[in-house]
Amino acid sequence: MDAGAARNAALRLDISETEIRQLLETLYQRYHYDFRQYAAASLKRRLLQALSHFQCQTLAQLQERVLRDESAFPRLLEYLTVQVSDLFRDPEFFLAVRKQVVPLLATYPSLKLWVAGCSTGEEAYSYAILLAEEGLLDRTRIYATDINDESLRKAQKGVYPLDRMKQFTLNHRTAGGHGSLSDYYHASKDSAVMSPKLKQHITFADHSLATDSIFSEVQLVSCRNVLIYFDKALQDRALGLFSDALCRRGFLCLGTKESVRFSAHAHRFQEVSGEQKIYRRVD
Amino acid sequence: MTAPVAVVIGGSAGALDVLRTIVRELPADLACPVTVVLHLPAHSTGLPALLGADTGLRVKLAEDKEPLAPGTVYIAPPSYHLLIESQGTFALSVDPPVHFSRPSIDVLFETAADVYGARLIGVLLSGASEDGAAGLQEIHAAGGTTIVQSPLSAEVAIMPAAALTLFEPTYVWSPNDIASGLTTLLSGRPA
Repeated sequence: MDAGAARNAALRLDISETEIRQLLETLYQRYHYDFRQYAAASLKRRLLQALSHFQCQTLAQLQERVLRDESAFPRLLEYLTVQVSDLFRDPEFFLAVRKQVVPLLATYPSLKLWVAGCSTGEEAYSYAILLAEEGLLDRTRIYATDINDESLRKAQKGVYPLDRMKQFTLNHRTAGGHGSLSDYYHASKDSAVMSPKLKQHITFADHSLATDSIFSEVQLVSCRNVLIYFDKALQDRALGLFSDALCRRGFLCLGTKESVRFSAHAHRFQEVSGEQKIYRRVD
Repeated sequence: MTAPVAVVIGGSAGALDVLRTIVRELPADLACPVTVVLHLPAHSTGLPALLGADTGLRVKLAEDKEPLAPGTVYIAPPSYHLLIESQGTFALSVDPPVHFSRPSIDVLFETAADVYGARLIGVLLSGASEDGAAGLQEIHAAGGTTIVQSPLSAEVAIMPAAALTLFEPTYVWSPNDIASGLTTLLSGRPA
């Protein structure tokens, strides 16, 4: 183990939950980003990584730093929020959407989708490609939202390392893709740039599941592997937003290990695929 | 000594048989939860059934926000990190792999050390990676009891050896000694 890791190990035990709460309160007051209802254990891991990046010894020092130096905050935000994803991550999930959800989406004259917590855009582009293949993209608007402006900028650019495309192509095929993934991007040096014909159907926008309300009625909400980072109260808030935003009989897609089961909104949903965590609003 | 309130076990290559031996020997009246991270291929979900066949205890995949219950063996689900929150519940994450592994033993061990401190037993088994060594050291630093499979008895010694270069654990045991010693420790007696 390197010295950095050893130092981190020593630091961990010194960081109290109270200190973490203080920092989060400060971030909320100063920058209006609300992490106060995030699950603490993951947050602590990420804060430890941030401490080592900022070369701070204590959370109090880090707090001081982001209060004084506005340019430090976006970098801290990276540590707290950024999620690396893939095109067609969990291909079996996208296969289930293609087979079980798309035929029903096809009955709507126009479609709105909400990808909540879109990070750098991979999931939103996956839906756009899938809907293009199924002949639905032309009547579709995808709202892809996140709290991290830098992630949204990257998502809007839609540029991914070319070496990731091999995995993405495999995912796409397993997800039932019937075209060639390369129809939807062009290679430029070491990068793959997502096609404008996808981008024109996606609106990337700033939205917080912790503090904002709904903005449109949609036929499908996709929020995968975001709720696991929330505490129960915030999970409930988010699920409440989703059920309010969904049209009657609209679809909700969660991560493989997420569920509406124990939430206050469980009665508003029925299972479409228990394994792939696809639900439908019933009320 | 303080009676332990939780056990965490980590292992990788060569750990499955040892884990089965341990689970088989766990007392029927196990008064605390046992949580396991075993590095497995992304799609293998058969471990709870396999281990469950060896014991009368409940063996299941850990779920997000689930409270840890006594007498239960929890397995980290494939492709997710498994963490323990201060209120004694599980949390999952898809944060990047640690030592190329998700679930990572370090992640479980560190968060368990935070929550249970001196009342935790950490067990590190055979494996071909260094994942778990730093986490076990944190359990040690928090005053918990640490057990490392003896490198000579391990099918792959890298994982236990990595822990031994970091600190001196409470016990370095062969698989059979781990199984019987754990039972003794769980009853609150020194082994």
